[in-house]
Amino acid sequence: MKLCGGAIGTSRHGQVASQACFGYGRAVVSASIPTPDSVRVEPDNPHEAVETTIEELAPLYRQMLAIRRMEEASAKAYSQGKIGGFLHLIIGQEAVCVGAIAALKPDDYVVATYRDHGHAYAKGSSSRAILAELYGKKTGLVRGLGGSMHLFDSKTNFLGGYGIVGGHTPIAAGAAFASKYRGDGRATLCFFGEGASTIGGFAEGVALAALWKLPLVLICENNQYSMGTPLYRSLAVEDVSLRAIAHGMARDRFDGDDVVKVKRRIAEAVERARTTSEPTLIEVVTYRFRGHSMSDPGLYRTKDEVEEWKRRDPLTRSRQQLVDLGMEGGALDALEADVKAEIEDAVKFAEDSPAADDYRSYVIKE
Amino acid sequence: MAVISYREALNQAMREEMERDPNVFIMGEEVGYYNGAYKVTQGLLQRFSERRIIDAPIAEMGFAGIGVGAAMVGLRPIIEFMTFNFSLVAIDQIVNNAAKIYQMSGGQFHVPIVFRGPGGPAVQVGSQHSQALESYYAHVPGLKVVMPSTASDAKGLLKSAIRDDNPVVFIEGETLYGSTWEVPDAGAGDFLIPIGKADIKREGSDITLIAWSKMVWTCLDAAKLLAAQGIECEVVDPRTLRPLDVETLTASVKKTGRCVIVEVGWPVAGFGAEVAYQIQRHCMDALDAPVERVTSDDVPMPYAKNLEDEVQPQVHDVVAAVRRALYLPEEG
Repeated sequence: MKLCGGAIGTSRHGQVASQACFGYGRAVVSASIPTPDSVRVEPDNPHEAVETTIEELAPLYRQMLAIRRMEEASAKAYSQGKIGGFLHLIIGQEAVCVGAIAALKPDDYVVATYRDHGHAYAKGSSSRAILAELYGKKTGLVRGLGGSMHLFDSKTNFLGGYGIVGGHTPIAAGAAFASKYRGDGRATLCFFGEGASTIGGFAEGVALAALWKLPLVLICENNQYSMGTPLYRSLAVEDVSLRAIAHGMARDRFDGDDVVKVKRRIAEAVERARTTSEPTLIEVVTYRFRGHSMSDPGLYRTKDEVEEWKRRDPLTRSRQQLVDLGMEGGALDALEADVKAEIEDAVKFAEDSPAADDYRSYVIKE
Repeated sequence: MAVISYREALNQAMREEMERDPNVFIMGEEVGYYNGAYKVTQGLLQRFSERRIIDAPIAEMGFAGIGVGAAMVGLRPIIEFMTFNFSLVAIDQIVNNAAKIYQMSGGQFHVPIVFRGPGGPAVQVGSQHSQALESYYAHVPGLKVVMPSTASDAKGLLKSAIRDDNPVVFIEGETLYGSTWEVPDAGAGDFLIPIGKADIKREGSDITLIAWSKMVWTCLDAAKLLAAQGIECEVVDPRTLRPLDVETLTASVKKTGRCVIVEVGWPVAGFGAEVAYQIQRHCMDALDAPVERVTSDDVPMPYAKNLEDEVQPQVHDVVAAVRRALYLPEEG
């Protein structure tokens, strides 16, 4: 019952309900509805340095690099016909999932979209299990039943990758609801693209999270394109975090190039979720270097635009930061060699694993 | 045993299961302070507080999905749709998420959730509020679909649905809430009816009538009339459309040699077509006549009472189908 902070149940007649902690509704507010952090919405100076240490940054850099190498290996396997279906790569956006998930404890929940390899890895799934899943193997994270878009890992509290845009927002709100119901102090992160912000499931998930004050952090990974449609042709207002205001909800907005900054800012929202059980709607501005999926050559944007964003590559930035912080070249080389070995091993594992062979066992739970 | 209403039976089932398991909660529109649009949740807010009886705003997609997410991490939500017509705006959560998460996660997460509420035509509420949508849900692997016809079945099956580890679509008869039936006394031990087990509502030797929900009552009325004509009908109520108790259905048809399937839904791709397939597949040698189907007419439901009655299967429609299956001339 420790998560009641501020959420007083009220009946429709206005009297305070006897169990003040529950009743998921808001307190009766007379005039202004507070919107914590509502001032903090200007994109930060991209050159602003967030203080960090080698000890903090090196593991984050390692995760980002592993995700990039895993994505590159997937792209290669896809072009060789070893991976089928849809394959949505997160190359360019790694700092968002890695930084955000670094702000969590292992017990916290993460819900993601169909662009989910990075999120699953950052939450703790192995590159072996992820790649084996993409290869459709028995040893895959979900036994070859889900594929690229539907990674799940109960051991890491990764509640899945979902292919129906925006439809996972209520699911994330549901995990957060369960935390509030139990008072277990967990937070839930829900990732989505700016393209999801126009669909009903998103609108309803946000509305209920705000109404019932659920410990949820909604993270819009705004990568500028809803598949092939740019922001200006899909959103009347190109800042998804502004939706928070209508719900009296906290919000934040910042650039997603700096993994440590992402971690710090998401941590503020996670803390808010834990201590006062309030949701936050956050937009992180980022960019995918590849097409929407492997079949997309990205003809709707210019080469110059892509090159401009590649100059802001979060991996290049973090690597330079590590050098500036004094990480020795030998140590950095060792880290990168370690990542290379990990992904090579994961590819070999995926290639050598037996084919998936059971599609009947997990339809109805006996 | 006590004779209680279908509404009271459902209320008892939820009350008992909520007493038994603190992870069970109810969420839906008007379930708390209003006591339910059809008063099925009467008194539960007072007993279980706002923590477990949660009034939701009008956002079926949102609260159905919240139920799915909560179920994934161990709660046992009962999501009430004011009517199943409104489940159509939440069908993404039911079909794409609830039904698939156990499979998509390779068995790592399961979704113990009940989606319940009234379905089928009521009286003069127009086409948008008069749909029988069980065929939609019965089509989907990963779901269970339960449709009780009596207070007894309603109680025993809802209790089983709440304890089931899978998503259960539990469609109540909108016109059955006031109907009564003998139900074991509350507190006389657990009264559970297994999901997936058909029930013979009336025994007979001449022909099998297969029907669920309110059409069971129509068939029982028809059976009474036909008995007066010397025709003994066996009325079999599958109670659960998915999984379907093919064995009990086919055993009855093998005994009688004739079958009429009665449903209040539309004819095209209606669930009765699947039942008819199963009957012909398993009872070919026993059948003495083609399997008959009686359904609503293939139109959106009209408002005017006379037209509404004409659209839906009536007792005389069932009687006529039975006589056709027996190669008897039309009455009169």
